Amino acid sequence: MNDTLFTNARLIDPEAGRDTTGWLLTRDGRIADHGHDAPPSVEGVEIVDCAGHCLAPGLVDWGVKVGEPGERHKESYASAGVAAARGGVTTMVIRPDTDPSIDTPEVLEFVTRRAQADAPVNVVPMAALTKGRAGREMTEIGFLMDAGAVAFSDCTAVVSDTKVLSRALSYARSCGALVIGHPQEPILSKGAAVTSGKFASLRGLPAVSAMAERMGLDRDIAMVEMTGARYHADVVSTARALPALQRAKANGFDVTAGTDIHHLTLNELDVADYRTFFKFRPPLRAEEDRMALIDAVRDGLIDTIGSFHTPQDEESKRLPFEEAASGAVGLETLLPAALRLYHADVLDLPALFRAMALNPAKRLGLDCGRLTAGAPADLIRFDPDVPFVLDRFTLASKSKNTPFDGQRLQGRVLSSYVAGREIYRRA
Amino acid sequence: MTFAHRHLLGIEPLSPSDITAILDLADKYVALSRQRDKHVDVLAGLTQINMFFENSTRTQASFELAGKRLGADVMNMAMQASSIKKGETLIDTALTLNAMHPDLLVVRHPQSGAVDLLAQKVNCAVLNAGDGRHEHPTQALLDALTIRRAKGRLHRLSVAICGDIAHSRVARSNILLLGKMENRVRLIGPPTLMPSGISEFGVEVFEDMEEGLRDVDVVMMLRLQKERMDGGFIPSEREYFHRYGLDADKLSHAKADAIVMHPGPMNRGVEIDGTIADDINRSVIQEQVEMGVAVRMAAMELLARNLPGEAAA
Repeated sequence: MNDTLFTNARLIDPEAGRDTTGWLLTRDGRIADHGHDAPPSVEGVEIVDCAGHCLAPGLVDWGVKVGEPGERHKESYASAGVAAARGGVTTMVIRPDTDPSIDTPEVLEFVTRRAQADAPVNVVPMAALTKGRAGREMTEIGFLMDAGAVAFSDCTAVVSDTKVLSRALSYARSCGALVIGHPQEPILSKGAAVTSGKFASLRGLPAVSAMAERMGLDRDIAMVEMTGARYHADVVSTARALPALQRAKANGFDVTAGTDIHHLTLNELDVADYRTFFKFRPPLRAEEDRMALIDAVRDGLIDTIGSFHTPQDEESKRLPFEEAASGAVGLETLLPAALRLYHADVLDLPALFRAMALNPAKRLGLDCGRLTAGAPADLIRFDPDVPFVLDRFTLASKSKNTPFDGQRLQGRVLSSYVAGREIYRRA
Repeated sequence: MTFAHRHLLGIEPLSPSDITAILDLADKYVALSRQRDKHVDVLAGLTQINMFFENSTRTQASFELAGKRLGADVMNMAMQASSIKKGETLIDTALTLNAMHPDLLVVRHPQSGAVDLLAQKVNCAVLNAGDGRHEHPTQALLDALTIRRAKGRLHRLSVAICGDIAHSRVARSNILLLGKMENRVRLIGPPTLMPSGISEFGVEVFEDMEEGLRDVDVVMMLRLQKERMDGGFIPSEREYFHRYGLDADKLSHAKADAIVMHPGPMNRGVEIDGTIADDINRSVIQEQVEMGVAVRMAAMELLARNLPGEAAA
């Protein structure tokens, strides 16, 4: 029996933009109703007293890398699933930059099977836009959609051949497929490890101008205008790219954009003495960029926030900065990192859950990410205030590459529910 | 006087008094090195390993001589030829060496930050002999000693650094050191050879060499790497020499007693005119080499004093 009545909950409703005390009832794995008055008396349901803690839609983390196929030693569906459940991520939207890439229906079916067998959370796959993510030939977009692909992305491998890209976008439009771009001028950003500026020069590291992101976004938007495709920029990380995004939206193009929680909570100076856990792609930016991104999330210009969970083994990070691999694990730290923005009084909880649950779900055509009656009961119960110091070796991910190791964070997930069933409860 | 550092990884962590301490001790070693008996035994019993992951003749020879004059047992390892080719990681190499109980490790590496990484994994003192485009602290210290001896002071001087600033660790270390000692630093070069964010370094940037050299006390030329000469960063060698090569004409804009420096090896006719380099009234390039040995002796002695086990003695 999965029917549950949550009482005395601080309901975080991203759709209504509300953060008020109330109750919520789930039936048959779906949300039946919620309200802010006295809870109804219903028979035969489990009653969970939330004791004033938050009850929110589970996070929809768009852009998670799981190492299957190819790099299971870095992350498997089993380990990622536990990390997600603990982190309050009830839906993982996974990236196709595996080895081999998820670029055929056969690989996609393998991944779906593995995910169903091992992960307690929802797994929604993206597929590659071009075969082998090599930027030369488009994948079988139609078949891949039939097999369950919700979007098409070559991840950080930018399609530099605009002829190939324009055809892929046109074809994708005819299928109604959502295409994800990585806004980055590929030649200018080649070999870069950090963002150019004083810090990069002091450290003597190869750097890319923040302008490369705007150039990439401008190009992609022009391609969208040309082809009419549905487009989402995976990570916008610089202030300079925002006006281009704003114009595209104002012009009525079907364009949305996301950003990375690390770019909202860290800046380039965090790299300090060549700390490779702070190496990202795109690289961390200046503090002014971070502040501009927060404003853009608040205003809704940036639609989504993801962890861009990228497991890397110790060996690939224990190298000189330039050679070290990029990315960080983020499934378990997405929420506490995001709560930094809440505790800093720059974003409220409905705004955060709009970007981390509602908007990604809406954009991907999923019915989760909200508290509306009829939506799946993918919920998390969390205490936004409880402080802790993160020890990376306590993470469930097989890889421990988090930039928040040793840092003070606030906020812990108490329970996660998928389709009304509790899949995790904090001991 | 205290010099409270375990390693010499860069100029950035040093205070002005640290820098002065190294230079004062180095002055004594200049005198020692000019004697017939150049040997002291302050490092007797200690092992110094020079690990060069990048080709170097001058710096390696300078460190080797410095160690030998102080009585250390010195070993040179040409790392390009060895385990790196076999796929061993930098950290494994460091741990292997660490097991041999060296006391001083002198490291040059083509990647920025590699020496910092290595220093975290070993128990001995690490001296950065140049890492990528990051820092080359002993070069900046020997330049400082050369300037101090030629000018009688190391503050309130106007110093022009000319050439490929973007790819130069020598320039970075010098900018930091000269800034800490309260000098005015000017950078001269084409914009393609300037690092990003340079305006925030507290320096003045000039694209015109004659303007940049006006009334400076010190002219520091940088080597232009061969691989940057064709088309990529500058149009050609001859156009570069025309616009940024140091000749008598351009030098005439500096103070009459301005000194000319170069970290070597020089490309005569590319960044510096041969006759300027050889002019004993202006060029201190040979002195720089001499100061190099003394500064490295001083730095190694100061670090050796902080080695575990030595402090108690």
